[in-house]
Amino acid sequence: MTGDTKSKSILVIAEVVDKALAPITFELLSLASKLAEQSGGQVGAIVFDNQETTRRALIAAGADHIFYQENESSVDADVLTAAIVQTIANNAFEAILFGHNAFGSDLAPRVAFRSSGSIATNCESTSFEGGYFVGKRVCYGGKARGIVRLRKNPAVITVRSGSAAPAEQDSGRAGVETPIKADFSVARSQLVDRQSEDLRGLRLETAKIVIAGGRGLGGPEGFKVLESVAQKLGAAVGASRVACDLGWCSPSMQIGLTGKTIIPDLYIAVGISGASQHMAGCAAARTIVAINTDPDAPIFMDANIGIVGDYKELLPKIVEEIGRLNS
Amino acid sequence: MHIVVCVKQVHDPEVAPALFTINEATNAVVSVAGLAQVISPYDEQAIEAALRMKDKKPDTKITVLTIGAASAREVLKHALSMGADEAILVNISAGVLLDSYATAKFLHEAVNKIGSFDLILAGRQSADLDAGVVGNGLAELLHIPAITFAKRIEVVESKVVVDRVVDNGSEKIETTLPALITVSNEIGAARKPNLRETMRASRKPTQSWTQADLSKEPMEATEELIKLFIPKKEKHCEFLAGTSAAEQASLLVRKLRDARLI
Repeated sequence: MTGDTKSKSILVIAEVVDKALAPITFELLSLASKLAEQSGGQVGAIVFDNQETTRRALIAAGADHIFYQENESSVDADVLTAAIVQTIANNAFEAILFGHNAFGSDLAPRVAFRSSGSIATNCESTSFEGGYFVGKRVCYGGKARGIVRLRKNPAVITVRSGSAAPAEQDSGRAGVETPIKADFSVARSQLVDRQSEDLRGLRLETAKIVIAGGRGLGGPEGFKVLESVAQKLGAAVGASRVACDLGWCSPSMQIGLTGKTIIPDLYIAVGISGASQHMAGCAAARTIVAINTDPDAPIFMDANIGIVGDYKELLPKIVEEIGRLNS
Repeated sequence: MHIVVCVKQVHDPEVAPALFTINEATNAVVSVAGLAQVISPYDEQAIEAALRMKDKKPDTKITVLTIGAASAREVLKHALSMGADEAILVNISAGVLLDSYATAKFLHEAVNKIGSFDLILAGRQSADLDAGVVGNGLAELLHIPAITFAKRIEVVESKVVVDRVVDNGSEKIETTLPALITVSNEIGAARKPNLRETMRASRKPTQSWTQADLSKEPMEATEELIKLFIPKKEKHCEFLAGTSAAEQASLLVRKLRDARLI
């Protein structure tokens, strides 16, 4: 039933990275609480982890009902999909929130189709209007936004990071905890190997300052120059898709529609033309500084401060200047 | 081995912003002169992935499948000129916007009509709607395993081994055929159509099916696009003066320090 006045509960798919809840989970809980206020339902959270601290954090951040996996954990898409679909069916959840990252983007369509619901991915906001869940999507390579009304529940929504402030923690909140058992027999694939990037320095998603390079760097050696500035500033280093596709840097450094979404206080874009594909991942930064040799580069339309010039001359001078100020 | 590659025709995602406009009455991108229709780049890379398998195993057959208006024949021609063997267009009226469920359902029926296959490939998302739903949705309808965001694919006997991009790293996953794999941009650049294949393209088997050849049941739209628009940019860029790099650097650092950003 959709478009009716019955109360509707929201399920957040929590993510655990290195034994801790990922930042996106707290953003999803904040959105879920707002949706639940409008739809009159409760907030549930499913987590593939059996640490008590994880459950406590989820409840403190707004979840009323936790479903946690008590047997050993799995990353298999079939196993996770089956557990989520079962939890939705058993508890009549009508909206499902995933983070829009590799984890969520992989699982969300499977869950939507198997639950016979509907889906809006890549959303930067969500609402409940006229009895329907609605998502505002980033589309056309970041050039446009589409508002999509989901006419069939469960309404599955993947949300871009930075779409909401993280939920406030209230350790006095109470919630129900229900253990679930994942069924490993449904797996149709096998994980052979998993390589984690050796992330030197800061994580892109949480850094206050990010400096990123694109095609204009001219080659992989340009990233060495960026790293020297990053060290001085305490910044993380990112890249445009072109720079990643050219093999100049690791794909996990990619910022943009198919990479990471970041919201630093300061974003310094070096030799990046500013295609909407890229800006979709960084346009929400508080201050954007663009350095580019081409005065007509579209990046200057999104930047607060622009410098037309050669980064090879500029960046070493910037390092010198910072050193002077700090001394 | 038979590989089916699902492709989509889109408005050129690399178009200059000035040529990208939206008719807010119809919620559609306006087709203006200079805004080309191209194969969605992720799908082009899916064809590339299939061709790399064919390079290793020349008896591999590659069928490209698209749903679209008559103009979508161009993307099939492009795929055949890259080296694909056969092409199928599921012809729908121009201007019909299918949601992801309807698209996956159409593809499901088309794949059933094709008959046997070992592998289905698709781009990780289309370069227009950027949803990334149809690939996995099709696998769900076909009840076959799906692996997303591939950057490398290798078929070993009846298995397929996929290196896939995940958050902060990569995974190697294997599954049994038949399977569906979505291809990510990390797989590398697609080859250009070559002269030999382009000459042969017009003689390669190409079929055109209509909705009547497929579904008899009406498709109910579950995702309703109620508004499509271009977000307004409110920023104003302040260009730093200064005639030398040293001067510009000094201005910038002072500015950022004053704003307590560094």
